[in-house]
Amino acid sequence: MDMKTANKKLSLKDKYKLFTRDLGWEPTYRTKEEVFPYVQYEGIKIHDWDKWEDPFRLTMDSYWKYQAEKERKFYAIIDAHAQNNGHLHITDARYLSALKVFLQAISPGEYAAHKGFARVGREFPGVGTQVACQMQAIDEIRHAQTQIHALSNYNKFYNGFHGFAEHRDRIWYTSVARSFFDDAMAAGPFEFMIAIGFSFEYVLTNLLFVPFMSGAAYNGDMATVTFGFSAQSDEARHMTLGLECIKFMLEQDPDNLPIVQAWIDKWFWRGIRVLSLVSTMMDYMLPKRVMSWREAWNIYGIENGSALFKDLARYGIRAPKGWDHAEEAIDHMSHQLMLGLYQWKFGTSFHVWIPSDEDMDWLSKKYPTTFDKYYRPRWEHIKKHEAATGAPFNNFGLPKLCQCCQLPTLFTEPGDPTLICHRESVYQGERYHFCSDGCKDIFDNEPEKYIQAWLPMPGLMQDPLNGDLAGWMDWVFLKNGEDNGDYATSQDKHNFELWRSMASSNQ
Amino acid sequence: MSTVFIALQANEETRPIIEAIELDNPQAVVNREPAMVKINAPGRLVIRKDTIEEQLGRSYDLQELQINLITLSGNVDEDEDTLTLTWNE
Repeated sequence: MDMKTANKKLSLKDKYKLFTRDLGWEPTYRTKEEVFPYVQYEGIKIHDWDKWEDPFRLTMDSYWKYQAEKERKFYAIIDAHAQNNGHLHITDARYLSALKVFLQAISPGEYAAHKGFARVGREFPGVGTQVACQMQAIDEIRHAQTQIHALSNYNKFYNGFHGFAEHRDRIWYTSVARSFFDDAMAAGPFEFMIAIGFSFEYVLTNLLFVPFMSGAAYNGDMATVTFGFSAQSDEARHMTLGLECIKFMLEQDPDNLPIVQAWIDKWFWRGIRVLSLVSTMMDYMLPKRVMSWREAWNIYGIENGSALFKDLARYGIRAPKGWDHAEEAIDHMSHQLMLGLYQWKFGTSFHVWIPSDEDMDWLSKKYPTTFDKYYRPRWEHIKKHEAATGAPFNNFGLPKLCQCCQLPTLFTEPGDPTLICHRESVYQGERYHFCSDGCKDIFDNEPEKYIQAWLPMPGLMQDPLNGDLAGWMDWVFLKNGEDNGDYATSQDKHNFELWRSMASSNQ
Repeated sequence: MSTVFIALQANEETRPIIEAIELDNPQAVVNREPAMVKINAPGRLVIRKDTIEEQLGRSYDLQELQINLITLSGNVDEDEDTLTLTWNE
């Protein structure tokens, strides 16, 4: 008798069903509410978790196969980079500042995202969501590890790479990214998904990774191109998870709309503030620039963001509240923050410099309405001041930090780029400061959360440091005269040029 | 109409894949950037397993795209034969 054999190969849809929903079960010893205690309190209503599906329909078996392939490709190139003095192939050692900012501020964020996704993967009841969050948790820890591993090759030769874990916890500019991820991790599972999965991954991650990795390619940094692309190959899946989750929440119940919209407003603004660090990297730190921050925003912010919010309009979603303010601020933020970083360069574990005349011409071409009018004169003033005094232009006055985004309050008023924007709120008799309406709104909505924020600058004035700058440097793992200050007088510049000349001569 | 896009690493594996995408999407615009190729299309982009296999000369699992993917934009739908990106307007 002929046996009818089943189809040898499952269709992707069937396989996905078997590898996700079929792995779930109904709890009997405990109620669902006891097993998943955190999915109610944010007010998001979900009626049918099975409606959530990963559009890539990636299952765990395929996931391991492709991730292993990515790792093999990554380590082949990292080995080649180390074996072939890859650190001498970069354009020049100014480029290293961008890598240091990345390692100190962004890589720890990958690790934080790992912890967050491991947690929400446990907290969401839907199996499809659990599996996708599990994959993303593993991706994120892989990103943290591959980035640290790739950049460890630079740590053998240059300053400023050695203390990224301590910098992450203690130095001031890193707390901008750190507080972003801490805020997300301290939120409920649905808000975490909007914060990281949607706002960060879908709306903003392209602005971080794509120009950064192209920047690495333009500047001869094979190691960073490789970890970047290896990480980025996961990002498309993360972005898709973020978009599916938001659509899922909006389709499940109309009551979810106002909650989701408020989170989009909040996390878009928090993201824009984190990306101000990236804007300085793109406009100032890359010796060979790819595109300006403004040009990147036009492609990945305006064009792509507008398409996204037009698509979501069918659910009643509108563009984030801070969108217009952000659009205006794009032409200013890199210049304002870079001028700040330059003045506080004694407290940064990377080098900065006054842009050369050629670089300033590039900036005025890219920012025709703002650079020559507002920012070139300030750089020229600093240059003149340094020439007259023979000393670096440092500002030892402590900046006021925004209680929400933790950046110094150095950005300007919407509509007036000559006036510093400052907002404040009084809560339980204490006065709190903010850099913008966006940050003040976030605080006013959840003051109990943000009054607990650890701010790095007050840390310097408190016991046991009591304002002792040298003591502060020890505490943040910053070596004065090595890790900080102007690029022109740095060991990094000296060593890079020395080693490069040795590599191309027989002296 | 909003633009959907997909960006792939520029390497030997993706060369025939990009050719296949161009064949299936005559309206697509291919931008070649350092180390990366970004393909834009108005509203919709389709990637077909069959066309890739013809260009590649071997069988191909569409999920292999994951290895060389950099980023994309639009609503994704994937099964064994096609991956589509769309914006609803």
